[in-house]
Amino acid sequence: MSESNDPPVHWLERMLDNTWLLLALGVLIPAISYTLWGLLELANLKAATLP
Amino acid sequence: MTTLDPTVEGALPETEAAGRGNHPPGTFRVCATTGLTVDLAAEKFIKINAVFAVVFLLLGGIAALLLALTRWSAVHLLNAEWYYRMTTFHGLNMLILWILFMEIGILYFAATALLKSRLASVKAGWAGFACMAVGAIMLDAVILAGKADVMMTSYVPLRAHPTFYLAIILVAVGTLIGVINFLATVYIAKRDKTYSGSVPLVVFGAITAAIIAVSTLLHGAGIMIPTFLWSIDVIDHVDPAAYRLVWWGLGHQSQQVNVAAMVSVWYLLGTLTVGAKVLNQGVSRTAFLLYILFINLASAHHLLVDPGVSAGWKIWNTSYAMYLAVLASMIHGYTVPAAVEVALRKQGHTKGLFGWLGAAPWKNPGFSGFFLSLLIFGFIGGITGVTLGTEQINIIAHNTLRIPGHFHATVVGGTSLAFMALAYYVVPLIFRREFPLRWMCRAQPYVFAAGIVLMSLGMSFAGSYGVSRRSWDVEASGALHPVSYDPSVHVWLGVLGIGGSLAFVGLLMFVVPTVLAVFFGKRVEAKMPAW
Amino acid sequence: MSIESPAKNWLHAPTGTERAWIGLALLWCIVLTLAMPYWHFKGKQNSTGEAYTVEPTRFADRVQQFVDSNKVGEVNGTPIAEPPPGGDAYLQAQMWRFYPVLQFKKGQTYRLHISSLDIQHGFAVLPINMNFQVLPGYDHVLTITPTMAGEFPILCNEFCGIGHHQMTGRIIVTE
Ligand code: HEM
Ligand SMILES: [Cu+2]
Ligand SMILES: [Cu+2]
Repeated sequence: MSESNDPPVHWLERMLDNTWLLLALGVLIPAISYTLWGLLELANLKAATLP
Repeated sequence: MTTLDPTVEGALPETEAAGRGNHPPGTFRVCATTGLTVDLAAEKFIKINAVFAVVFLLLGGIAALLLALTRWSAVHLLNAEWYYRMTTFHGLNMLILWILFMEIGILYFAATALLKSRLASVKAGWAGFACMAVGAIMLDAVILAGKADVMMTSYVPLRAHPTFYLAIILVAVGTLIGVINFLATVYIAKRDKTYSGSVPLVVFGAITAAIIAVSTLLHGAGIMIPTFLWSIDVIDHVDPAAYRLVWWGLGHQSQQVNVAAMVSVWYLLGTLTVGAKVLNQGVSRTAFLLYILFINLASAHHLLVDPGVSAGWKIWNTSYAMYLAVLASMIHGYTVPAAVEVALRKQGHTKGLFGWLGAAPWKNPGFSGFFLSLLIFGFIGGITGVTLGTEQINIIAHNTLRIPGHFHATVVGGTSLAFMALAYYVVPLIFRREFPLRWMCRAQPYVFAAGIVLMSLGMSFAGSYGVSRRSWDVEASGALHPVSYDPSVHVWLGVLGIGGSLAFVGLLMFVVPTVLAVFFGKRVEAKMPAW
Repeated sequence: MSIESPAKNWLHAPTGTERAWIGLALLWCIVLTLAMPYWHFKGKQNSTGEAYTVEPTRFADRVQQFVDSNKVGEVNGTPIAEPPPGGDAYLQAQMWRFYPVLQFKKGQTYRLHISSLDIQHGFAVLPINMNFQVLPGYDHVLTITPTMAGEFPILCNEFCGIGHHQMTGRIIVTE
């Protein structure tokens, strides 16, 4: 099937049609912004001095 | 009934014996009402998942009544031990079991019937279902045996019997298998070119739900496996703050799966009940994209008053991210009713500004359930959610009854009601059984909605005076230091009790006709009888 | 139809009222996005999430030392401890009590350290209704300035076992 005469498909439409890209983004974004960042903060907490 | 056109690709040239698309011969049927090709293997899974879902809804519902009658301070039915046990039981049966079994059914439907594809793997379907079913039964057994009075959140180091964690892992793994089977079906449908152009919007919504579910279940595995190992003394410590952080990656993200699934069901029911057409595919899909990208970060609002994570982390994850996801809900909250309006106006209901609304099929429980779900989710659930998720307001709301007041408007008045509405189509179309007691079905969405709204208001107002959730005794009688509230809290707890009891009646009005229809209903031979 | 595949090139910018609605909603979301950080700096009721890791036994020892050197009385068998203005106060949560009873002076600022000796608990101050999470192994520090005098019940609002609903404590604020 030749698509040369069709108008080019908008990038957003192609992105919305790309299930695997969406899957990757949907897993990565929360994993970084929520989980990883949060766990790093917990891991780097200082010990209490209990003044 | 609707304006559905039963010809998907011409006048059904292929016979069911000849095969169609990627369906081998004899493995599908053509629905006489909608013209959709129904994969027989997928149909079986939709059926058993739906049956299991309704069983757990009933179990969770019985616990719900007992809880409502205990929180109603004038009745105070259960003793403390059973109140806590039933809270654990109710939360898990409803939020995890009823919802997840329904969702797997919805995913299988969307990927097969709407993409005209066969199911990727029947074996995986059975494996996933078996894990979920065994896990679910283990879970309920261990809770009722009194070995897991830890609430559904099971915050460490509070400890349940290892079976409890194992059961949750099994349910999660089974669900993950189902989700992967769904994604694999989406993949083979595209490979086999069973459809042209893009996937239908409802499938796109289902893909959104599935993507969020993958993230959810990875978090679930990430926290429940170490916790299980800790419960059998293989590892000696699970950090309580890290547990909360990762657990809410499961607990809250799963709510976003529910939101995405519910919105897809809204679109689906809009089409099935009034023939609504999508106004702008781009707008609706971009809104789903916002869910995929941002909604999960909002899990952070469960930790707004926790030690350990910084204000920067809290604000970043709950402000910009949550509000972009809120934008998505605002968009769906416009496009769904607008599509209904356009469809009804086209059918000639053009009088005045709201003539279409009056002319809507309010006696069709598939429609009324869906529309009430939209209203309750949007107005009560959405507004309370945005409010409670604010850093400062959360300080006065965290762990008070305002929280269940909020989520009974989202996941019960919203998602559960939408799923019930869907069942009014699933039973005649997939089980091919007619509903008996049709008057009861017609009234059901109203009764359930009224009960949930009342209960949610009762909870929210009692909570705003500081009454905590998950507490057997508001009066804290016998405590070392007495506690007292504004006396009006007892009025609100009464509203909770009455609303909860009414909602339970509404729940029975759903379960009874559904069970009767599935097991004893008259067979639907050709088209499903219009509601 | 929401259940049919659209042909390619379905992406169009929204128009008319749909466009207006999305614009308004977006604007509102931007306002909210800015409001939370703004209020974090401008508002007076925020927790910065200040916290440190701590061994529960060490925390318990520190609480006992705090009580021994700051005890000003007793109520229902629980000691009342009053830290010096500007000082550090310690509160320990355990199944199913808060220890000790704290006494503060109105208008003074304190650093309140809260931690748990066993499992997770909640810290809710009534009737002003402020709620925080209390975790074992974490020293949760709240900088507080009481603005009202009176007796304020503390309630555990995180499920902590069968005695959960009886887990209470008290803060006294004097003029
Ligand atoms: C007849 C309908 C229902 C009634 C009367 C009802 C009532 C209640 C009550 C009274 C509580 C206890 C609140 C507390 O004391 O803290 C509760 C908790 C809860 N309910 Fe429902 N509910 C209903 C349906 C549902 C459904 C359908 C779901 C989920 C899909 C659900 C999810 C939950 C959850 C997650 C909790 C929290 C449990 C916990 O704190 O661990 N409920 N419900
Ligand atoms: Cu406690
Ligand atoms: Cu408690």
